[in-house]
Amino acid sequence: MQPLQIEDVVKSFGERRALDSVSLELREREILGMLGPNGAGKSTLVRTMMGRVSPDSGSVRIFGQTAPAGDTESRRAVGVVPQEIALYPLLTVRENLGVFGRYHGLDGSALEESVNKALHWAGLTDRAADVTKTLSGGMKRRLNIAAGVLHEPRILLLDEPTVGVDPQSRERIYEMIESLRERGVSILYTTHYMEEAERLCDRIAIIDHGRIIAMGTQEALVSQTIGGAREIVLDCDMAPGAAAAAALADRGASIDGTRIVIRAEKPAETMAEILAVAAKNALPIRDLSMKRPTLENVFLHLTGRELRE
Amino acid sequence: MITSIARTSWLNLRRDRAAAVLSFVVPLVFFSIFAGIFAGQRNSTSKVRVAIADEDRSPESKKLIDALARESSLEVRRGPDSKQPAIRFDARSVDEYVRKGSAPAAIVIPKGYGAAPFRFGGTSAGPRFRILADSSDPVASNVISGMLQKVVMTAAPASMIRAGTRELDRWSGGLTAQQKSTIEQNISTFEKRPAAEKGSGGTIVGIDVVDVLGKSKKNPIVAFYAAGIGVMFLLFTASNAGGALLEEAESGTLDRILSTRVTFTQLLLGKGLYLWTLAVTQLTVMFLWGALVFGLELRSHLAGFVLMTAATAVATSAFGLLLAALANTRQQLGAISTLVVLSISALGGSMFPRFLMPAGLQKVGLVLFNAWAIEGFTRVFWREEPLSSLAVPILVLLAFGVAFFAIARRLARRWEVA
Repeated sequence: MQPLQIEDVVKSFGERRALDSVSLELREREILGMLGPNGAGKSTLVRTMMGRVSPDSGSVRIFGQTAPAGDTESRRAVGVVPQEIALYPLLTVRENLGVFGRYHGLDGSALEESVNKALHWAGLTDRAADVTKTLSGGMKRRLNIAAGVLHEPRILLLDEPTVGVDPQSRERIYEMIESLRERGVSILYTTHYMEEAERLCDRIAIIDHGRIIAMGTQEALVSQTIGGAREIVLDCDMAPGAAAAAALADRGASIDGTRIVIRAEKPAETMAEILAVAAKNALPIRDLSMKRPTLENVFLHLTGRELRE
Repeated sequence: MITSIARTSWLNLRRDRAAAVLSFVVPLVFFSIFAGIFAGQRNSTSKVRVAIADEDRSPESKKLIDALARESSLEVRRGPDSKQPAIRFDARSVDEYVRKGSAPAAIVIPKGYGAAPFRFGGTSAGPRFRILADSSDPVASNVISGMLQKVVMTAAPASMIRAGTRELDRWSGGLTAQQKSTIEQNISTFEKRPAAEKGSGGTIVGIDVVDVLGKSKKNPIVAFYAAGIGVMFLLFTASNAGGALLEEAESGTLDRILSTRVTFTQLLLGKGLYLWTLAVTQLTVMFLWGALVFGLELRSHLAGFVLMTAATAVATSAFGLLLAALANTRQQLGAISTLVVLSISALGGSMFPRFLMPAGLQKVGLVLFNAWAIEGFTRVFWREEPLSSLAVPILVLLAFGVAFFAIARRLARRWEVA
């Protein structure tokens, strides 16, 4: 029985179809990345899992139980971290955690213990008495996440938890999330940062226009879409002449000034051929590199658009 | 859970100094201003200042001025400078005094007044008083004219009798010498009697003014304004605090709250509980201030105050939730609540007593819950009616509270599940 199973969920707002036959499952102890551009339907999907959006058709199951929208039983198993900093800015860090702990049904020593653990986990113990609005952006984000796990949920829905956070704070958040996975929490993680998905996620679902267009591990996604091809990039000191350009174009290269890019199914052979063309035409090479395809390439391949468009 | 939600809102208010000041200090300031304007920390209307120029300078005119000075509604000025009482007004200087705006009106006692103070039979002969008026205060000249008629009639009863006798002599076909002599003797005896026996300050028609409602109160009008201003500010505070729901919806906090064990009904009840405790605190602070500063008799009306405060707070807190549920954004809420609160406050009697309004508007007040709140407080503090008389206002307020909450809950469904 999977922690979370979504089958054929459809949701429209007026004429706009926000989710179009979405099916996916979140497995035990995995981080499932939901990668897609802004407006792709990620947040609607998360809100459907939270019970805040009622699907037009399809089902959401939490540990095998169909979860009707707004059902309180399913809420106990699920922790939610919204995209916004959903905290009370005038309350202190400790008070905010106390408030949401109480809303999750904790009280007395259990609440205090839970708040202290969350403070330690988020690295905010020494800021516990500070008013939340005085925290840095990264700290607010950490507190935002901590407030969602006070009741120790078995499933955590994280909706773009690092938006607007500097790289150092982002790294701290990654560590927090990885420690949750180690504790056995199953995590659904939406993002439009490909590096984040690559760094954290066991599997990745790519969503666009409300549809899941691909799902699997990063390697599987790359091999299913781009295959074994690699990208060879050649930077020269001068633009290639007509003869060199013609020879490179014959091998499928695209030339942009002094930069030459070639997609190669057999990288070693292609690289040798390029070097030979350069030597023959006295083309001075400044740099030569071979890149492994990224999720960005996968997204581009699947949709014809950049991820951040 | 419901108390946790209310507690969170109190924590927020405690941190938001500006909101706390708006909730507790501004109502006190407004209440003090209204109470100061209308009560002036005393029970009487302001005295009308009148300057008097005596061109007659007779014992009769002096008597008249003294009698005018004894009138509680007049503040008589005999000269332009109170530090130099020897300098008295004349016709010119008193005219200038009014023109300068130092008094709203002046009386010029004409030469010959003492010789013939009364003009019976509509004759135009004889000296005439002049009242110099500043028309920017139309009430003052009328008050002074009326007071002058009264005082002339009552201040010199002997002159009145003599004038009356002369008219009787003229219209009855002539009194005998014996009759005239007897009347004159009696007038002399009357004049020798002490003033008290003549009925000092007496009126032509015997009138005793009894303040049946306010006589036992130290500062009666304050009770009315404490209720009126108090209820109006409860409405403002409730609509403002109800707006926290909109902020939570906009900031994503509502999503987070509803992902916990809190149901939407619990959330609304928690917000309602916070608004209720806030309203009770606000009214208590308001009436305590009234008691400490303006002598409002709170202690002797404590039971009625507690009942009315509890019921009023139910209706106003549910009203705050209703306004928040009606609006889509905080800005919309601001506009709706200002319009609605000011309108129903004006019609409900917060700014102007309903009993002074035209009959039609008084009837409109019956469908406004705030009018029932003010009515209840008025029954407690002003009319001093028994607690049983509060049953109707309390039931009406509770019914309004339940209806407002039910509508707010229905409207709030749009936040619940999309």
